[in-house]
Amino acid sequence: MGVQKWLNLDEAKKVNEYEREPVPVSEVKGFKKFVGLVAGEHIAGTEFVIGPLFVIHGVAAADLFLGLLLGNLLATLSWTLICAPAAVKTRLTIFFQLEKICGFNLVSIYNFVNGLLYAVLAAAMIGVSASAIGILFGIKGPGLTSLYPESFSWVLIIVAVGSVIAIVATFGFDMVAKFSSLFAPWMPLIFLAAGLAVLPQLGVTGFDNFWDVANTKIWTGVPLEGQSKYTFWHVMIFAWLCNNAMHIGLSDMSIYRYARKPTYGLASAFGMFIGHFMAWIASGILCALALTEGNSNPSPGEIAYMGAGIAGLICVVVAGWTTANPTIYRAGLATQALFPSMKRWKITVAVGIIAMIMACFPAIVSKLDQYLGLYALVAAPVGAVVLIDIFLFPKIGLISNFAEVAKLKFNFSVALVWILAMIAGYLLYDYFKLDFYFFMAVPSWIIAAVLYVLAAYFQQKVLLKKEIAQHL
Amino acid sequence: MKAVLKIISYLGLALTIIPVFFVLGGSLDDASYKTLLLVGTLCWFFTAPFWMFGKKE
Repeated sequence: MGVQKWLNLDEAKKVNEYEREPVPVSEVKGFKKFVGLVAGEHIAGTEFVIGPLFVIHGVAAADLFLGLLLGNLLATLSWTLICAPAAVKTRLTIFFQLEKICGFNLVSIYNFVNGLLYAVLAAAMIGVSASAIGILFGIKGPGLTSLYPESFSWVLIIVAVGSVIAIVATFGFDMVAKFSSLFAPWMPLIFLAAGLAVLPQLGVTGFDNFWDVANTKIWTGVPLEGQSKYTFWHVMIFAWLCNNAMHIGLSDMSIYRYARKPTYGLASAFGMFIGHFMAWIASGILCALALTEGNSNPSPGEIAYMGAGIAGLICVVVAGWTTANPTIYRAGLATQALFPSMKRWKITVAVGIIAMIMACFPAIVSKLDQYLGLYALVAAPVGAVVLIDIFLFPKIGLISNFAEVAKLKFNFSVALVWILAMIAGYLLYDYFKLDFYFFMAVPSWIIAAVLYVLAAYFQQKVLLKKEIAQHL
Repeated sequence: MKAVLKIISYLGLALTIIPVFFVLGGSLDDASYKTLLLVGTLCWFFTAPFWMFGKKE
């Protein structure tokens, strides 16, 4: 593809993303395209934030490695066994599928919340990318715990980075996938090199003493002063569920509807084990060195520069881009469902601008874990509802896509299930005094699944029967 | 031409990972390692798009 075509906005206007129709079989993509996309997406600039979290919160080395192995395996299985089968069966976005189940008015609420949360996530990526560009131009960006913008030049960098991301996302899935696949082989190598390069400075002289250094200087098991202690369970659940909105929440139906077979969900392993295993370990090592050198609040850019120089800075920028692109693409799809008559490319540009404005506030990055948790609370129950509707209802004699069949604008049974599951998830989170909302994603998901079967049964077998009886 | 570009791309990728092992072995200093990393990065960026997106899937 020529450079001119990359920048030709007319092309973006013509792109058909099948927002309100199944993806035709002729448009399905090969496995390699998914590998490139997910590897790029899950090797994000935010890995330079999450890896250090485990160091700061005193995870022990054995807990880290075991937690990441198991958590990432569970995440891969969630994509392969839950999300991809639903996407391939319907070939629809979660937004349009949900509209068929719960009606236009209710799905509009979901789409609004979803679009907003995606924009927040994209904003975090823009912020992380900008932190690296700031170092290149000698502009000090905010640290990991800063909340407000600290300079005008910082805001200008955000605008520049955000513009590129919004333009790429505007061109649709194909462009997003191409952009990711260009960087997919290069990014993991930079992360790996950066992590390995600083090991001698931490005292590693060979394989024989790596584990000793890991336990005594990197993942010491002792949190920094004022930080809570994280265990194996924190790491495992974090790795499994930090993207729960995408797998068990089924948001990634938007991506996997282009897959030839459900097994393409396995492509997620490339994202998980490179991005959420190797990159978290590498960034943890870099953070440990920053801490030993007296930098108690390192930015992602600073960490990357320390391990890989200018290439590291480029890596942070690119890692932010490759995650923000599909995120803004999804946000565009979510918002497009709210305004079906409006062109997706215009909406994507608008979402990109909103994300850009939010990215000016570093609180978006420093509170990223909390946003991810909130996102989980909202998305997990919806994923359960859609999955049950697609696969279980036909088997137990209930009507799938009830809102479409009964011409409902607002399916109250889905609304009730969604609200009750979110409340239950929050109460459990509060009762057990957990660190993250998303620890409750699986209980919320199960509660929603059970409640939806009961609510739909009551709605379809009891209320409907009564209505029919009244008409006779 | 495409084959040459491909070779340069993969050499670029190799340059992003091989030097770190010399750092670990103590035979390459930090500044040279970071320069090689950047050279490898630029090789990949300026050659890979031409053969990666040259043909239709």
